[in-house]
Amino acid sequence: MGSENQGFEEAHLFASREEMENLVLDEPLSNHTNNHQNNNSYSNYRSATSSLSDTTHHPLSPPILSTPAESDPLLSPPLYRNPGASDNNSYIEPPSYADVIFSPFDENAVNEINGLDSPSQSSESSLSLSRSPSSSSDYIKITVSNPKKEQDTTNSLVPGGNTYYTYLITTRTNIPEFGSSEFSVRRRFRDVVTLSDRLAEAYRGFFIPPRPDKNVVESQVMQKQEFVEQRRVALEKYLRRLAEHPVIRLSDELKVFLQVDGRLPLPTSTDVASRMLDGAVKLPKQLFGEGNAVVAPQEVVQPAKGGRDLLRLFKELRQSVANDWGGSKPPVVEEDKLFMEKKEWIHDLEQQLSNASQQAEALVKAQQDMGETMGELGLAFIKLTKFENEEAMFNSQRARATDMKCLATAAVKASRFYRELNAQTVKHLDTLHEYLGLMLAVHGAFSDRSSALLTVQTLLSELSTLHSRAEKLEAASSKIFGGDKSRIRKIDELKETIRATEDAKNVAIREYERIKENNKCELERLDKERRTDFLNMLKGFVVNQVGYAEKISNVWAKVAEETSGYAKDSS
Amino acid sequence: MEQQRSLSGSSQSPRSPSSQPYLSVSVTDPVKLGNGVQAYISYRVITKTNFPDYQGPEKIVIRRYSDFVWLRDRLFEKYKGIFIPPLPEKSAVEKFRFSAEFIEMRRQALDVFVNRIASHSELQQSDELRTFLQADEDTMERMRSQETGIFKKKPADLMQIFKDVQSRVSDVVLGKEKPVEESNPEYEKLKHYIFELENHLAEAQKHAYRLVKRHRELGQSLSDFGKAAKLLGACEGQDLGKAFSELGAKSETLSIRLQKEAHQLLMNFEEPLKDYVRAVQSIKATIGERANAFRQQCELAETMKLKEINLDKLMLTRSDRVGEAEHEYKELKAASEEATRRFETIVRLMNEEIVRFQEQKTQDMGLAFHEFAKGQARLANSIADAWRSLLPKLEACSAA
Repeated sequence: MGSENQGFEEAHLFASREEMENLVLDEPLSNHTNNHQNNNSYSNYRSATSSLSDTTHHPLSPPILSTPAESDPLLSPPLYRNPGASDNNSYIEPPSYADVIFSPFDENAVNEINGLDSPSQSSESSLSLSRSPSSSSDYIKITVSNPKKEQDTTNSLVPGGNTYYTYLITTRTNIPEFGSSEFSVRRRFRDVVTLSDRLAEAYRGFFIPPRPDKNVVESQVMQKQEFVEQRRVALEKYLRRLAEHPVIRLSDELKVFLQVDGRLPLPTSTDVASRMLDGAVKLPKQLFGEGNAVVAPQEVVQPAKGGRDLLRLFKELRQSVANDWGGSKPPVVEEDKLFMEKKEWIHDLEQQLSNASQQAEALVKAQQDMGETMGELGLAFIKLTKFENEEAMFNSQRARATDMKCLATAAVKASRFYRELNAQTVKHLDTLHEYLGLMLAVHGAFSDRSSALLTVQTLLSELSTLHSRAEKLEAASSKIFGGDKSRIRKIDELKETIRATEDAKNVAIREYERIKENNKCELERLDKERRTDFLNMLKGFVVNQVGYAEKISNVWAKVAEETSGYAKDSS
Repeated sequence: MEQQRSLSGSSQSPRSPSSQPYLSVSVTDPVKLGNGVQAYISYRVITKTNFPDYQGPEKIVIRRYSDFVWLRDRLFEKYKGIFIPPLPEKSAVEKFRFSAEFIEMRRQALDVFVNRIASHSELQQSDELRTFLQADEDTMERMRSQETGIFKKKPADLMQIFKDVQSRVSDVVLGKEKPVEESNPEYEKLKHYIFELENHLAEAQKHAYRLVKRHRELGQSLSDFGKAAKLLGACEGQDLGKAFSELGAKSETLSIRLQKEAHQLLMNFEEPLKDYVRAVQSIKATIGERANAFRQQCELAETMKLKEINLDKLMLTRSDRVGEAEHEYKELKAASEEATRRFETIVRLMNEEIVRFQEQKTQDMGLAFHEFAKGQARLANSIADAWRSLLPKLEACSAA
């Protein structure tokens, strides 16, 4: 039980709600920095106000994530019992090979996400396997279960008013930072939204898995049970994805979410409307020089959009228009050619993934249909067999009935194999869907980068405007002998503003660089993990096809054997 | 396509003791003739035989579908009691009428049809068959159009069959005379069997046809998936990209394989099942004929009895109409005896036919099942081989 963690948890447990809100509202990041100075390097990603030196520290540097060369974790033993089987004959012996491959597969599914037959299935098994090699011992296993209807006792004018569902979230882990190996909390969907928002604020530039949709329409239209189950599955998927991310899995936000009962602290603002209102209140003060006309440095680390500072929003909007339509080049541009290429390539990849994902779905459907029809054919022949046997007046009929039974049995067996094949195919090809979903996270990370860049550009423009204003004032003032008291005062104020803006600019630049670095690391991680995952997907898919094709072939070979007499007769 | 049956004639002709009599027919070479709505397919029918009445050893004639229909109809009328081999259906959809697949399926079915007639001990002796196989095209056309008068009766005949065999109730309800049915329990069993069998077979055939479609659909989706994989591979590049590309290529190869198998399945499994259904429907028609013959026999027998009673009466009264009545009676008696003979022939023939039918169908189905199983096993093996060949490359990628 790390003392730091405990203190942090207790702080949340015992702080009054108001306190927490205040903490969150006014100093979004200081709370974190207080508690994390002693923690490992991960926290450094999240706060730009932490020491400058941290930015030189590579965010994804060792302790936890070492180079992958050591082992190939996804190739867990059972799947490759015959990996070095250089002689392909091993594949031909269906019982040993096929059974070996197909029984343990479930336990090693990277993403046992599609709870295929029953909800309970998706809640079982499936370790959240991290791809990093040290993870052969690290794991976080999250299960979402047991939806319960609860009453919203506060804020209800009508007795028995607001009801909502909570879900039991159980975590099993051996990661020491959690302080416990097994724990549960009850959470509602609103908490998940909060978690997602907090992560987005804290981990700009990272590929953060997107949270499940709110599905407001569906929640009204669908059957309650169905909807709750659908949401449960989606939540589980989401949390497991978070747990797979090497950085986010160790975040405080996730830890609190998984461990600490009670309401999560509210996000910085509850909704767009109230944000806008707050901002509108501030605006006049800003314009008339009373409020804060300069962006506070700590606010610079969040994008203007979605914040309360309307003035800042306007400024950045103006800057972005100038970028797009103005004749001159903005002060800082995205110069990293490699990044631009990578961005375009990601776009292309997304398109191909979407296409492949669609065709994979169609393939699965076709396999499904094949299995179904084969089964129906088998059943029809079983009926025929029974019929011929019951009504038989001649031996030739009985012989035919026997042949039909032989065919029918094979057809039913083959049908079952097709269905099993398909169940496995779905699991494998799901990787395509997963990565397609990840593209959303990538877009988020890239947009973090561009909004940070916009902030920098805006501040730089502002600085140059301020400087030229100061110059003009000084020039005008110098012409008056003895100085111009009011002008001098103005110049001093201006200089003050310039200083503050300089600070903000520096913070903004640091933030931008930080986000760029995060982007870079995440892209590398994406490349590495994608390669591993896709190779495993391909292998799994192919092995699966081979195994079942062999099984199906055997089934029919027997029938061909038993009916071979007819072939000789006819020709 | 290997199902072409050139069966030699089974009957011994007393006139040619030296060489084995044989009659072998093949329907080949479909050619589209005519234009627009009038367009049709013509076939080359090649007869190889040493039958004495035939122009041998080989004769080739050109025939079209309606000529086959003529043959079937004539045989059905003349050889009551015999299960006349069924014809493939007249085409339903206009668009499909001239597709390569349909034309080939029909050609095969027509070939089987003629060969079955040629190998049936009685039917092979028929004039109708000889005309069909030997007459020149003009004669054939004349015969075809000549018989249309009689054909007009056909719809009515079908109606009769329906009424006789299926709706006993309506007759009673409509106040007509009590329907005359055989009270033969074994025959009842056979009738019930035939009707039930048609239902079961139709269902099996439906699923067989769907299975053909599924093969085509799976083939299509493999092709699309393959293309998508290749594109993804091009995007990914390097060894992973290559792996995707090769997967895509294999997928496309298998797609072609599946389309081929779909065709095989259609020809060697679904078509024999459809043929089975048609055969059962032909038997139903014969059942109808038997019912007609039975009714005729009963009616004539009753009428004859009435006439007999009347004649006795007239004889008692020494009426001068006795002569006339006697004559009528004799005619009726002859007709009644003829009707009885016809009916009994039908019964006898049917008994023989049913045995042959069951045996033949066991053979036909056995072969169809064999081909089906062989095809599926071959397909599965191709699939396994194709995917298996990728594994070493994928292993190499991982190891790198």
